[in-house]
Amino acid sequence: MDSALIPKGVERCPLGRFLAFIAIVGAVLLWGVVAMFLIYIKGLNQTNMNNAYGFALWIWADLAVIALGGGAFFTGLLRYIFGKEELKNIINYAVLIGFVCYSSALLILAIDVGQPLRAWFIFWHANVHSMLTEVAFCLTCYFGVLTIEYIPLILENRQIERISFFRHLAHNMHGIMAVFAATGAFLSFFHQGSLGGVSGVLYGRPFGFRSGIGIWPWTFFLYTWSAAACGPCFTILVTRITEMATRKKLVKDDVIDLLAKIAGWMLATYIAAKIVDTVYWAAVTAPAMGFTLMDFYTNNPGSAYGLWILIAEVGLCGVLPALMLIAPSVRRNARLLFLAVLLAVLGACLNRWVMILQMQAVPVLPFERWFTYFPSWQEIATTILPVAYGIILIAFSYRYLPIFPQEAELNPLPEGGR
Amino acid sequence: MDQPKNKRYGMVIDLDKCTGCGACMVACMAENNIPFRDDDTDKLLSVSWMHVYRLSNGKPFPQAEECFLPRPCQHCEGEHGHSPCVSVCPATATDYDMHTGIVSQIYTRCFGCRYCMAACPYHVRQFNWWDPVWPEGMERALNPDVSVRMRGVVEKCSFCYSRYQTALNRAYVEGRRELAEEEYQTACAQACPAGAIVFGDLNNPRHRVHRIVQPDLAHGGRPRNPKAFRLLERLGTHPKVYYLTSRDWVRRAGDNEVQQS
Repeated sequence: MDSALIPKGVERCPLGRFLAFIAIVGAVLLWGVVAMFLIYIKGLNQTNMNNAYGFALWIWADLAVIALGGGAFFTGLLRYIFGKEELKNIINYAVLIGFVCYSSALLILAIDVGQPLRAWFIFWHANVHSMLTEVAFCLTCYFGVLTIEYIPLILENRQIERISFFRHLAHNMHGIMAVFAATGAFLSFFHQGSLGGVSGVLYGRPFGFRSGIGIWPWTFFLYTWSAAACGPCFTILVTRITEMATRKKLVKDDVIDLLAKIAGWMLATYIAAKIVDTVYWAAVTAPAMGFTLMDFYTNNPGSAYGLWILIAEVGLCGVLPALMLIAPSVRRNARLLFLAVLLAVLGACLNRWVMILQMQAVPVLPFERWFTYFPSWQEIATTILPVAYGIILIAFSYRYLPIFPQEAELNPLPEGGR
Repeated sequence: MDQPKNKRYGMVIDLDKCTGCGACMVACMAENNIPFRDDDTDKLLSVSWMHVYRLSNGKPFPQAEECFLPRPCQHCEGEHGHSPCVSVCPATATDYDMHTGIVSQIYTRCFGCRYCMAACPYHVRQFNWWDPVWPEGMERALNPDVSVRMRGVVEKCSFCYSRYQTALNRAYVEGRRELAEEEYQTACAQACPAGAIVFGDLNNPRHRVHRIVQPDLAHGGRPRNPKAFRLLERLGTHPKVYYLTSRDWVRRAGDNEVQQS
């Protein structure tokens, strides 16, 4: 029924099955929308945040999706600026995933503020000293860049492309995409960095605070670095999941291998820097503020914030996937590659988790105790909402747009196909 | 007429005098129109600009000792007015006033991102999780000089800034530019029955706070009085609220210290 919209030379599942899938994910989306309106109408008392946990699940989700969406800027940088031509076969998907991640982050931020109608104050009354101001400006601008990068893909839909103006617009936009890729990389450097600065500048919070260069704490650079390392891992992970869901090979192994190799080296250098940062923080920065490393971790068995979380972040989800991705034999093994990129993605998420949630859990006043928090269903639903939205946008984009240039070649249609 | 010199309003709280009666908290709530709910038992959800902590030395009887520690906003100066919360607010909704040393909060500009709450190590910043609902008739008892706050914004102790404005207006009308010590006092300082809270200008050698604390202005206002200390001195927040005690364990409870092995 919708065959006229489906790209040439590829096959899609029947419309009924597609719509059934959309309906299931749409139900989850609807659940999130209900929670969102509940929060808009009744306020942030619908969450389990409190005066000790002013930042919680949403801010973590924001930081995590922006880190994972970093695959778009870094793949774009490699493709358009460093001339890694092979990556043209995955750049569309990286851009789409980035678009989903960044639009999700903006949506969550719009729910997260206490007075959403005043959210524009961040631009109008901007405080240049605040990392959040830098985040807001760069994030909004970069979302504009991602939209510009995504538009040509929409214009390449079979029916839209028939209109001469749109066809030429898409062609010309592709022609100048290097400019936007460079702009995107520039903006990403600053907003990924300033997200790192969000906790890094808090000199009242010794767990998050880091020394640095000038006005930039070390976390500024570590966040950009980790986004460049783990963003491409997320792109590979979602590509593999898409391949599993569609039961098709969509991107050739050499493309994935190249991206995984670069991500591996980025991750290896990042995690080395992260270890140096952690040692310096534990040995110099924190003690100068009156804290030892073990003041930041609880000894209680099964604690959410035991030392295990540092070991898991740096070792299991940092050093291990870095070593795996550097090894060609691991990259050639589909299962091990999947595991490696999954661990790297979890590592980035875990890093953002501790830098936001654990930072607030740690007592700073000596006579206070650890603070605990578990999100309300409204917070969970509104955090899952963008995931459902992302799946739906990816599903529609995959069905109707030529996202994967190698798909037709990798999946030749039987005789008589479209 | 001489231009007034910059003030550094601050507070000294004598912990050896504080009985933990809570009069300061009550006076603060009444003065500043602080909202409350039917069930305000969860203190992490309620608003209290002045909060009294109960500290224990953790020893068994008969060595057991307790201490009550009232905690208003510390009005940190940081380095050059970059207090932990002021520098992070993305919308300039909180400000460090160089003329008074008071950290202000502009409720109508705050959009509730709560970054300042994450930045403050003293937990003095609190969020309005609900719109204020006053018991019937209480609206008429609200302080007309202090605006009530709506849901979704952060608020905190202002050193009763409306009292400063009122006192300054009165002085201007009388042709003065300087306030006498007693002209501007916070509600908590006036309400404390034990006289444990002293408020004034730390820059003014005639004010009691200055005489008690003897602040070393070259080092962020560090107290020269050996009985005085500030909370979390090592962080470099340079608070303007000082505490007095003659008890070592109370003093130690004010800051973190890496134990030397």
